[in-house]
Order: sequence, then C-alpha cells, then structure tokens
Amino acid sequence: MKLTVWTYEGPPHVGAMRVATAMKGLHFVLHAPQGDTYADLLFTMIERRDHRPPVSYTTFQARDLGSDTASLFKTAAQDAVDRFKPEAIIVGASCTAELIQDDPGGLTETMGLNIPVIPLELPSYTRKENFGADETFYQIVRTLAQPQERTAHISCNILGPTALGFRARDNVEEITGLLEDTGISVNVVAPFNAAPADIARLPAAHFNVLLAPETGEAACRWLEMNHGQPYTKTIPIGVGATRDFLAEVAEITSQRITPDESRLRLPWWSKSVDSTYLTGKRVFIFGDGTHAAAMARVARDEMGFEVVGLGCYNREMARPIRALAKDYGVDALITDDYLEVEAAIEKAAPEMILGTQMERHIGKRLGIPCAVISAPVHVQDYPARYSPVMGFEGANVLFDTLVHPLVMGLEEHLLTMFREDFEFHDAAGPSHHGGHSPKPAEDLSCSGQIKAEPAQANDVVVWLQDAEKELRKIPFFVRGKARRNTEAFATERGLSEISLDTLYEAKAHYAR
Amino acid sequence: MNRPFPPENGGCRSAPVLKERGQREVFCGLTGIIWLHRKMQDAFFLVVGSRTCAHLLQSAAGVMIFAEPRFGTAILEETDLAGMADAHAELDREVARLLERRPDIRQLFLVGSCPSEVIKIDLARAAERLSQVHAPHVRVLNYSGSGIETTFTQGEDACLASMVPVLKETTARELLLVGALPDVVEDQMVDLLTKMGITNLRLLPARRIDETTAVGPNTVFALTQPFLGDTHAALERRGARHITAPFPFGEEGTTAWLRAIATEFDVSEDLFDEVTSAPRARARKAIAQAAEALLGKSVFFFPDSQLEIPLARFLTRECGMSAIEVGSPYIHDALHGPDLDLLPHGPQIAEGQDVDKQLTRARNARPDLTVCGLGLANPLEAEGLSTKWAIELVFTPVHFYEQAGDLASLFARPLRRKSALRLEAAE
Repeated sequence: MKLTVWTYEGPPHVGAMRVATAMKGLHFVLHAPQGDTYADLLFTMIERRDHRPPVSYTTFQARDLGSDTASLFKTAAQDAVDRFKPEAIIVGASCTAELIQDDPGGLTETMGLNIPVIPLELPSYTRKENFGADETFYQIVRTLAQPQERTAHISCNILGPTALGFRARDNVEEITGLLEDTGISVNVVAPFNAAPADIARLPAAHFNVLLAPETGEAACRWLEMNHGQPYTKTIPIGVGATRDFLAEVAEITSQRITPDESRLRLPWWSKSVDSTYLTGKRVFIFGDGTHAAAMARVARDEMGFEVVGLGCYNREMARPIRALAKDYGVDALITDDYLEVEAAIEKAAPEMILGTQMERHIGKRLGIPCAVISAPVHVQDYPARYSPVMGFEGANVLFDTLVHPLVMGLEEHLLTMFREDFEFHDAAGPSHHGGHSPKPAEDLSCSGQIKAEPAQANDVVVWLQDAEKELRKIPFFVRGKARRNTEAFATERGLSEISLDTLYEAKAHYAR
Repeated sequence: MNRPFPPENGGCRSAPVLKERGQREVFCGLTGIIWLHRKMQDAFFLVVGSRTCAHLLQSAAGVMIFAEPRFGTAILEETDLAGMADAHAELDREVARLLERRPDIRQLFLVGSCPSEVIKIDLARAAERLSQVHAPHVRVLNYSGSGIETTFTQGEDACLASMVPVLKETTARELLLVGALPDVVEDQMVDLLTKMGITNLRLLPARRIDETTAVGPNTVFALTQPFLGDTHAALERRGARHITAPFPFGEEGTTAWLRAIATEFDVSEDLFDEVTSAPRARARKAIAQAAEALLGKSVFFFPDSQLEIPLARFLTRECGMSAIEVGSPYIHDALHGPDLDLLPHGPQIAEGQDVDKQLTRARNARPDLTVCGLGLANPLEAEGLSTKWAIELVFTPVHFYEQAGDLASLFARPLRRKSALRLEAAE
C-alpha cells in the first residue's frame, strides 16, 4: 500500500484506451464498474476530441457481483460489435474486474464473433498507463500484422504516437514531412489514426521509426524479430537529435540524406546576442524518460542552460536516465511521488523547470517558471496552432517554449540596472506575461523591515541585516543561487555570520 | 400567495418512469471528496483503492489546485491482495505516517472503493481500531465511495450518513440543515432563517469537528441537496423528522423550501414576507435577465447528480423552458416527490442509464440544450447540440435567492455563446 496524492500515470487500462482512441475502426470492451467512464473526459475535454473514445464499459454494480458479471460482459461485447461494427475489438479488465477474474478474453472467444478479438492482460496492481499502452499496441500488432512483400519504394512506419501524447498530432506531421523530403515514404502511422487494416500492412515497410518508446517499443522489437524491420533509436527532439536521427535513417536505408534545413532557426536564435542571458540558466528537468533525456540535450547543448536536476517518473526508463544523469553530473531522480519531486526541485532551486503538468504546479507554488515538455499535460498543452516538438520545426518551437517563461534578455539587463526602481523591479515578473502588473515594492525599498527568507538547510550561518538587504537587491532569478553560494562560501571558511563583505567576497570567488 | 401552484396539466410524480440499465456515463462516489474536503477543513479523505481511484480524483478535480490536498489514495498493490492481515497493517502504517505529517487533521475518513469492496477489506473495523489509536485528537470514520455502490453525489450521502451515528444526542428542538454547501451560500441560508427567528439551527457537515452538531427526537431536518437518501434514513433512525419540501433552487424553490421550515417553526406570514420579499424580488429580476436566452427552448437531462429533477422544475417553471427527458441516476420519492409534483407533465422521466440508447433518443429529439457529463459534452457539440456540463451545477454556488440568476446563467451561457460566435465566412 502506498499513499499517493497526484499521479503521473493512470492505470494500465487507460493506456489501452490511449491506443484505442488514437485508432479508427477498433473498439475496446472494458470490464469495469460504474465510474471508470471518468477516463472518457481525458480525451474529450483535455484533448478536445470531438468523439467519444471507442470504449464500452460493462458497468457492473455490487448487486451483479453475486450473480453473473460474465454474461454482463458478453452482452456488452455483443452490443458494441452490433452498434459500432468495428473491424476488430480489444477486450480487457480494469482494476476491479481483474479481481473478479471473469477472463474477458476467454469469454469473447466463446462468442464466435467474425472479427479479430485481441485479449489484453493489464495488471493493474503492478503496472501503469505507459505499460498498458505499450502492451496493447504490441498485442494489436502481433495479432493483425500480416507477412508480405516490402514496398518497391523505400518506406517506413511511424510507430508509437497515441491519443493524449505530447504533441503527437504535429510530431507525426513534422516527421512524415521530414522523411518524405528525403525520399522515404511513410507506409503506416500507428496507432495514431490507423485502422486495423493499416496494422496488417505494417510489414510492408522497410524499417520503423519509433517516435514514442514509452508506448511503441514492444511493437517495434517484435516487428524487428519477426518481420526483420530495424527501427530507429534516436528521438528527433532538438537540432542535434534530429540530425542524428536522419543519420540513423541514412544508415538503415544505405541512402545519402541531405536534409533541407532552410526553415531551421534555433541555431541562430540561440547564437544571437539576446540569448546571451540564457547562458548557464539552471534548469531542472523531469518528465517521461524519453522527453527528459531529449530535453537535457536541448537544454545544455542547444540553449546553453545548466542542467541541475534530471529525472523521470516511469521506472521502465530508470536505467538510461541514471546513465545520462551521470554524464550531466547530477543525481537522477526516479520517482512517481509528486512530493518527492517537489522537494528535489525546492532543494535544487533552479531558475526554470522543464516538466509536466505536475511540475507546472510545483513551479507555481515555488515561484519558479516552468515550461511543459512531457505528458501528462493539461488542456492548454494541446495548442490549436501547429507546434511539434520533433524535427526542425520542433526545434524552433522548443526555443520559443523554453524562452517564453523567462524574462526577456533585454529586460533582464534593465532589471539588473534598475534593480530597486519602484515600478520596474523584478517582482513584477516578465513584461510579456499577464497578471504581473508592478506591485508596490514596499518590502524591497523600505529599510530595516526586511523579512528574511528562510535560510534553507543552514541553521548555523546568520545573515547580517546589511547583507540580507543587499541580497534582496539581486534580481530574483539569481538570488537563490547567490544565497546558496554565499552560505557555502561562509561555511567553508567557518564563518558564522554573513556580512556585506562576505557577500561580495563570495561573489568574486564564484565569478565565472 | 407564496405557495407554488401545481401545474395545470398535472405534475410528474405519477408519470411512468423509464428504468434503464446498461453503460452508465457517470462518476463514482469518490468524486464527492473534491468538494467535501474543502467543506470540512479539518478532515482528510483517505481512499483505500487502486491507481484508477487516484487518477479519477485527479481527473475529476480537473486541475491540481493544491500542492498537498487533504485527500489521497492508499494504492493497493499486489502484496496487499495476497493476505488480508497484511492490508490492515499497511493501512495502519500509512495512516500513522499521514497523521504525523498533518497534525491539523482532526477527522479522517477511510473511503472504500471498488477494489477494497471486492476484496472485502473491512474498513469499519479499521476505522474503529484507528479511532482508538488516534483518539481523542483524531476521529476515524469510514464510508464507501465505490462505483459498484455509489453514483457521483451518493458519495457525499454516504459520507454524511457515516457521521450521523456519531453525532451527539440532544433533546432540544433544533433545525438541522443537511448537505455540503459553499460557505457563501450556507451563510445566506443561515441568515435568512435567523431573520425569521429560527436560531436553534445546526449544520451537517459542520465546517470543523468541534462544532457541536447534534441530533435527537426533537430534531427536525431539512435537506439542501436532493441526493441525501441514506443520510435521510440515518437521521430518521436517530429520531429526527424530515421537513419535506422542493429543493431551494430558483426563487420558487427557495421560497417553498423556506416556507416549509417557517411553517414548522410557526413563523408568521408577515415576518416571512418581510424577510423574503426583497431577495425574492432580486432573484426574480436576475432570473428574468439571465433566462432570456432560455425562453421557449427545450432541455434534455442525462443522469448525473440527482439534481436533475429539481433543476428541470426550475428551468420549466421559472425560465420558460420545456423538458424533453429528465434522467436521474436514482429517483427517491420522499426526496424528489415535491419537485416532481411541480414539474409540468410532459417530459420522459428516466432512472438509471444505458448511455448509447439515451444518446440515440437525444439525437432524435435534437434538444436546444443537453445537460450531460464531460465525457459526452464535446462529442455532442460536434454533432451540433449545445451542452451544459452537469458537473458545474455541483461545483458552483447555485442554491437560494442570490444565486438563482447565476443558476439560470449557467444554462444560458452555452446558448448565448452559440449565437455570439460567427465562424462562417461573410457572404
């Protein structure tokens, strides 16, 4: 038993729903009690889908438990097939139905339906949403894929994107365009917008592009083993990764690939002088393993940030994230405990968080700007405009995404210059964000009445009033760092008090 | 006169009810925790359940408003399913840890879920044991919010019903007001009754554990919410008597509800008018303004919160709408009867749900406004039907005079929006 407040992942059957909802012509018959239909709203509200997820719930109640939940399941399955006329159905149980052990797969088999029935094992008490999606897609592929000739022209499948994924719609479009520009046609995209008949055609492609390892890797491995299709390992998020991805495709296909980079703007945007202020900005990265890893590279190598924290919530990715964190000189944070993530972020005191919906809330509470880079996300992260995070346009989008929460470069310089100006002070926040009209800077300007910030993890060193006041003058985005550096400096030298001199000596010591 | 007159063509109380069962597109009772934990400021709700339960609470809340809310889920794992003794020990450990971290918690609700009910974890026994361990600082109660036993707002009913047996005994003649209302609405209600001279009143749930809500043979109680059937029964078992009335939605409903209480407490007609005439006039004016968009329009209710019957009564009698179908998860004559009496004959009254069949009826009827859950709203909008999210009717202050206009506005907004948007190219 484990106490959970907020969860990064839902149960495995929600993962199965993400696959079913992404597809066309497939129906999911889910053995589940009343209430599990809440999951529909994830798709209809958060993703703004204009149709109901193709899921029929058996909706058993307490009074059914003593009698016949199995026939309830069969009725629901028959009704779903008659009403929706799917090309294939997947059948499974949610957490409660798993306990009553009705065996949806076996029950459906006895019904003699004339369409493929794909039974799912979704262990609710040991696994989670991503596993459920990965397993479901794998079972669908295993059941429906048909051995066949390769296409005459070099082609690939794009595998992994599901409903409720992070920017899946636009990533698929961007990567499809990128590949077709290089002369490789896309055979099937799945599960996103694929029908069961499309799944049957998967083996016609020469190789697979895996865009979402969390939800597509098992299928890719199986296709490699059974249909001899190699798959790409690089996730094309960021400039460098997109180039590496194309190099990988070139190697798999033995083709020369000269990508059209004419629309790529990130490298220059990052080199241009306004971006100087991005240098060494301390960022904390947390999300699913794939996005966290990809964003670490973008943050450090393409934005010039310093990565001060890196982690993921899906244990399946613990090993690569641990290895990567080592490269970045930080300890990996592998947890799905929201409070643990919050504590780690508070301790690291970053200037920006790159995270999920959860970290956005952590940022809000701690007053740290946050850019959302990974699922789970909320309705505002399903933009109406075209905004992939993969490929070259994705790199452009990422530059904007990572800069937007911050104070602009020119503005930051002015803040440093004016510091204590009563109208133009740092507490006013970035000028391009609403709801941040300058507040009276009373506690900044009035003398003697400065409210001390709690000295974090330091009970020994005392800040003298002058030093504390001076610290307040330092713009907020570097204040936390200045405080910690000064305290570390003082502790190292065995000082029990921090004076104005100590503050500036520390500043000189850490100058870079 | 103040008394609502019954409809000329008769009400709906004896109308045939279409009873359906099948797929239900509704929340389970756990959802009530979202508003109950805000109402009871020293309470923590610990769901003993699965990852699905935690995910539901998070999704139903819509966004995470609080860093560390006063609810959580003790997620059952493979090991807990193996042996029962183990699960109780685990629960004790998690509760001890929780209470240590949150000394502000004075009441703890162990909330049963579908999995905990199916594997029969005895939460009543656990609550008893934990009460002894953590008394007197913390009181531990239990109820079930499971989907196999409760539909959406029935979770609040189960929670309040679990509190009734531990309420203090009293022999005083008191008015007990039952149902979780937003503080602002509750204050208005208390103010109206106090002005009528009814001062010996108590609230269930009280905002804090120390507030002395009591019950006994001289207690009379009024329900502010139409989904409190079990609480109603539990209070009657303690000897209290129910004041039957339509529910306090809209000007007419509020007046009828207040009048039933006023009659019980022998409030004079003059005093009643003096207290209610100004807010009644305000409410009528506000409704008239907000209901312009609703006049002559039709409405179709999918079952959701059991608020459907009183709300249909409000929309048809005070906002000029006609009801096509009024679906409710459950219909309880002792509670819903007075509203059914006033609801003009005509609509199909439906209990339970088979969602696909009901969707077919809605599509055929093409109502001007469909009141439904979040899972159905966008799909129906995409088919050209205007919808009102039912959950907003539960989360928003809508009771009593001062909110009557807001209540009408909630229904009017989708229709106003539809006529405000001009998305086609100019000809």
